Amino acid sequence: MTWKRLLIPLASVPVILLLAYGFRTDPKAIPSPLVKKPAPEFRLTVFGGGEISLAGLKGKPAVLNFWASWCYPACYEEAPLLEATWRKFKDQGLMVVGVDIQDKEANALEFIQRFGFTFPNAPDPGSKVSIDYGVYGVPETFFVDRHGHIVYKHIGALTPGILEAQVQALLKGS
Amino acid sequence: MRLLLATALLLGPADGAHAAGSDVEDRVREIASELRCVVCQNLSVADSPSDLAREMRNVVRDQVQQGKSREEVQAYFVSRYGEYVLLAPPKRGFNLLVWGLPFLAVLAGGGVVYLVARRWAEQKPGVRPTVDPVYAERVRRELKDRE
Repeated sequence: MTWKRLLIPLASVPVILLLAYGFRTDPKAIPSPLVKKPAPEFRLTVFGGGEISLAGLKGKPAVLNFWASWCYPACYEEAPLLEATWRKFKDQGLMVVGVDIQDKEANALEFIQRFGFTFPNAPDPGSKVSIDYGVYGVPETFFVDRHGHIVYKHIGALTPGILEAQVQALLKGS
Repeated sequence: MRLLLATALLLGPADGAHAAGSDVEDRVREIASELRCVVCQNLSVADSPSDLAREMRNVVRDQVQQGKSREEVQAYFVSRYGEYVLLAPPKRGFNLLVWGLPFLAVLAGGGVVYLVARRWAEQKPGVRPTVDPVYAERVRRELKDRE
């Protein structure tokens, strides 16, 4: 008779373990399989002419930011931060690259003008590069070290703290 | 006759091209229907009207036209978006729970039904519940009073 009394508590152990596992993982946090992997190659035509490619950045750590003019307010929040970071660290070898996705050219140019972007920005025809980087939405930002490996991916608007810390880590990295 | 020939010449290659095109489209649809539209709620890349899903279908089409297999296209998307991009989780590792648990639950339920049914069947037939003689007497008396 005693085993019958233990049956229900014993049976609930695996259920509780399963629930504990399920509730401790955040279903919205989908880790990118690209982190710690080589960044996918890309070649884009910058607004206003010229080309930008991953190969062309060799040796330079880079912040690769995916944005769109219709992405309000997140992209508008982080845009001044990106420009400020670019100005502050470009002399130390940092690259900032903006990839504009699923946008109208006129709106994108207006966005670039509004925030006075001086780092290269390029549209992504057919979202090819976005899909190659596993981008879900905008904004998303990839931090690529000087060896071309993705070290961190940030989803959503960047905060000054995160941006500064990641850029410092990139510049320090050998 | 000349007209017929001309029509045949016009239709022939066009039909052939159409057949090959629809074959590719079938493959694209088949593969895209197993991929999650990452900006939607439970919609496949084949069914979603969103821009990103359309672009993903184009990527699938490009890869199919390059001769890539279903597994190779899936592997590409998994390498970019993680296993989340697959609508059905692969049958291995921890995911096996998702596939196995419903069958285990049905088996366990069947076991419980079997045990309960066996217990019922084991009960001796003809055993009547005992009735308190006081109530039995009262029922008898009241029935008699009604007559």
